[in-house]
Amino acid sequence: MSDTAEKPKDIMFAQALNMAMNKAMADDPKVILLGEDIADKEGGGVFKVTAGLSGTYGTDRVRSTPISEQAIVGAAVGAALVGYKPVAEIMLMNFITVAMDQIVNHAAKLRFMSGGQTSVPLTIRTTTGAGTGLGGQHSDMLEAWLAHVPGLKVVAASNPQDAYGLLYSSIMDDNPVIFIENTPGYFVKGPAPAADHTVPLGKASIPREGTDITLIGYGSAISRCHAAADKLAEDGISCEIVDLRTIAPFDEETVLKSVAKTKAAVVVHEAVRSFGTGAEISSRIHEELFSELRAPVGRVGSGYAPVPFSPAIEKAWMFSQDDIEREVHKILG
Amino acid sequence: MASTDMVDKDVLVDIFTRADLIMQSDIKFRQMIGAGQLQIVYYPVRGQEVVSSAMMAAVNQDDYLVTIYRGLHDQLAKGIPSKELWAEFAGKMTGTCKGKGGPMHITHPATGVMVTTGIVGSGIPIANGLGLASQLEKDGKVTVCCFGDGATNIGAFHEGLNMAQIWKLPVIFLCQNNLYGEHTHMRDTTGSASIKQRGEGLGMRSVQVNGNDASAMYTAAKEAVDHARAGNGPTLIEAMTFRFHGHLLGDTSHYIPKEEMEQAKKDDPMPILRQQLLDLQISEADVAAIEAKNAAIIEEAAQFALDSDYPPGDEYRIDVLDVEIAA
Repeated sequence: MSDTAEKPKDIMFAQALNMAMNKAMADDPKVILLGEDIADKEGGGVFKVTAGLSGTYGTDRVRSTPISEQAIVGAAVGAALVGYKPVAEIMLMNFITVAMDQIVNHAAKLRFMSGGQTSVPLTIRTTTGAGTGLGGQHSDMLEAWLAHVPGLKVVAASNPQDAYGLLYSSIMDDNPVIFIENTPGYFVKGPAPAADHTVPLGKASIPREGTDITLIGYGSAISRCHAAADKLAEDGISCEIVDLRTIAPFDEETVLKSVAKTKAAVVVHEAVRSFGTGAEISSRIHEELFSELRAPVGRVGSGYAPVPFSPAIEKAWMFSQDDIEREVHKILG
Repeated sequence: MASTDMVDKDVLVDIFTRADLIMQSDIKFRQMIGAGQLQIVYYPVRGQEVVSSAMMAAVNQDDYLVTIYRGLHDQLAKGIPSKELWAEFAGKMTGTCKGKGGPMHITHPATGVMVTTGIVGSGIPIANGLGLASQLEKDGKVTVCCFGDGATNIGAFHEGLNMAQIWKLPVIFLCQNNLYGEHTHMRDTTGSASIKQRGEGLGMRSVQVNGNDASAMYTAAKEAVDHARAGNGPTLIEAMTFRFHGHLLGDTSHYIPKEEMEQAKKDDPMPILRQQLLDLQISEADVAAIEAKNAAIIEEAAQFALDSDYPPGDEYRIDVLDVEIAA
């Protein structure tokens, strides 16, 4: 994870995450890390995201665990109840299915069911994403499941600076946060954040301003939105991009303000299109801005199928830059 | 099961005082629900009073408890105030959780009651987290995690006990084995002959004890607590007990053979413990005074629950996140 000579200020996404955890652990002795193989003895995480942290902070605070997702999340919930700020790494997002009871019935609900006597300031880091040939059980985007649960925050960054700021904010937040990382995206580079760089939860950004249509996305969708916007600009179409950054609760104000200006929108995500978060965001836009829209809000997502293994089928299944361009042309006629 | 000498008189009185409060509370809840004064799903605890009372007599108020939907006995034994508990059962604003938890989700950190879960087995991994926090803090606290025999068939039990063992967490896993998981006898659901064997299979210090025998139960509890406080790690206690009023109120226990129920009631731990006090030269008047004091606590608590207001409807927007949810 060394910087390139040409762009000394660029770092990889994974490195930004490591820096955020490093800062959080330095700032607050209550921050602890739990997860499979996360200590250096076991490799510093399967994608090296936690590399070096056990060396700095010790294996009491950076604990490799058994392959035991319920136990990992449960231990994090319990420690969070009494003042710790645990960061539990669930290696791949599909594995959170094994821990859903702890996440949905406990992490999300204990504050409410205790009448506010306890809280669960827990962060679950998990990575996923198609395009790497891992097939049906290592690539799913399950954010809509989690966004549907009252009491959980769901976050996905699209670049190293945001990853740094958002992960730090997630760790320090007094609510349970699911922090979704993108496996192919770990190796994408971007400008390094300043040490004091922060990004609040619940606040979208507008990385590209435009006038004709708003592309709304998060995480792995954003780079494709930029590529599509570049291409569409050649056709004279000016796209504004809203990067949600926090999926739940999402920044309605920024979304609605942008769409009120452009009067057209496409919601883009890698997750399966049916019943995805795009449906909720699209619906909220329709509820507030129906009479002002030039056309119904479009949605781009992946196909209604498990993530396929063979690259040929995976590519056909997965949402793409072409899908975004096609949808924009359809909407703008 | 090891037989044990009787513990100190003061300890037995303490256990009886807690257990009698539980027994009388259980009776009162069943009466009030039967009379239509409370409309709640209720998981009776009659028969299991001594297990929790002896366990909680061996810990401090600031030690942690994680328990389950059948948890009234554990919560009362841990010292939760009756008024707030009753009000929570009744869904009132004055309840421990402002009426947002209810009987299956009682929480009261001031007495160490950190989690009550309605999901079988789920408290076990969470108890580990409390234990981990104590281990990191070096605060000397232990966590008591209560569950039934049925919970030992769920994955969380095995994942949780394994993690507690490898990290030597200060947790006491108290399996209250009443022999029935909902309506099914343990012999039809459990591959091992005992729950203790399962703990041993996970490498954990494990004991089986007659949980209805106050002295034996207290001794096992105390040993487990001392073991944990000394940094030696967790213990699984399989406490043999029985429940007299079914899985939930209204369950007729039709699946329990008549002879088995009759024998269990003959072995009712409450009159046995009461007699033990009398045998130790505690006067009938002194025992009756404990019972009368408990009865007064319960009368006051029940009335408080009935008299208290329900929470306002808008309360649902509070405590979802750390900020109020917009209407």
